[in-house]
Amino acid sequence: MKKHWYDYMWIVSLAYLILGFFNILFAWLGLLCFFIPLLISAVKGTKGYCNRYCGRGQLFGLLGGRVGLSRKRDIPKWMKSRGFRYGFLAFFFVMFFQMLWNTYLVFVGTADLKQVVTLLWTFKLPWQWAYHGTLFHPGVAQFAFGFYSVMLTSTILGLITMVLFKPRSWCVYCPMGTMTQMICRVRNGRK
Amino acid sequence: MERTIRRKRKAVVDTDMCVACGCCVKVCPMEAIEIWRGIAARVAEEKCVGCGKCARECPASVIEIREEGERR
Repeated sequence: MKKHWYDYMWIVSLAYLILGFFNILFAWLGLLCFFIPLLISAVKGTKGYCNRYCGRGQLFGLLGGRVGLSRKRDIPKWMKSRGFRYGFLAFFFVMFFQMLWNTYLVFVGTADLKQVVTLLWTFKLPWQWAYHGTLFHPGVAQFAFGFYSVMLTSTILGLITMVLFKPRSWCVYCPMGTMTQMICRVRNGRK
Repeated sequence: MERTIRRKRKAVVDTDMCVACGCCVKVCPMEAIEIWRGIAARVAEEKCVGCGKCARECPASVIEIREEGERR
């Protein structure tokens, strides 16, 4: 099958995770993974981002497929149910807004900048080596730490389900995928 | 001598459970699958040869290979 430029987006995804290890401010670039899929679904009414450009999905496909790190078993029924998918989206939203709230507190000076990356919403990893100061407000860095936590957490969840089930199992419950499909459903109707 | 009749096999998508990720589209050698309006995968029956690549790839395992006329 003919390869396209967008078939190499997994390199961008991998580079993103690596860059955040050296300078946390690169985490801001991850917003593109939020806005581009939403824009495509809202404007074009397709899941073009998932279908073509999602580097994270490609990375899981590569590691689980060609590298062979996946057991390639069926995902449990409950994990593909609408209840779980929408529930996970809601949970993701709540945690995301909590992260935005923490950023806000740093912006208004109520809280100090915490140079940690929170994994799986629980484990706080010191990450101070990736912070070299900012030209802007410390809140800008706080958002970067928070956003990188979201991205790393979802990568870890995706890697776990990649190993246990099929390579791109993450796509089944990816909050962005669920959200863009929901937008397409509303926009295009359920004909 | 008895003759065995082989029915054509086709991919069938459970559209209600499909997450529209597009993994099936990428692996289909016949370009027989599309993601319809970002909602679910749709198979062009006339192009599908029932090879089963899409069913193996589907992360939600919602594609089945069935013989034509077979109902579930």
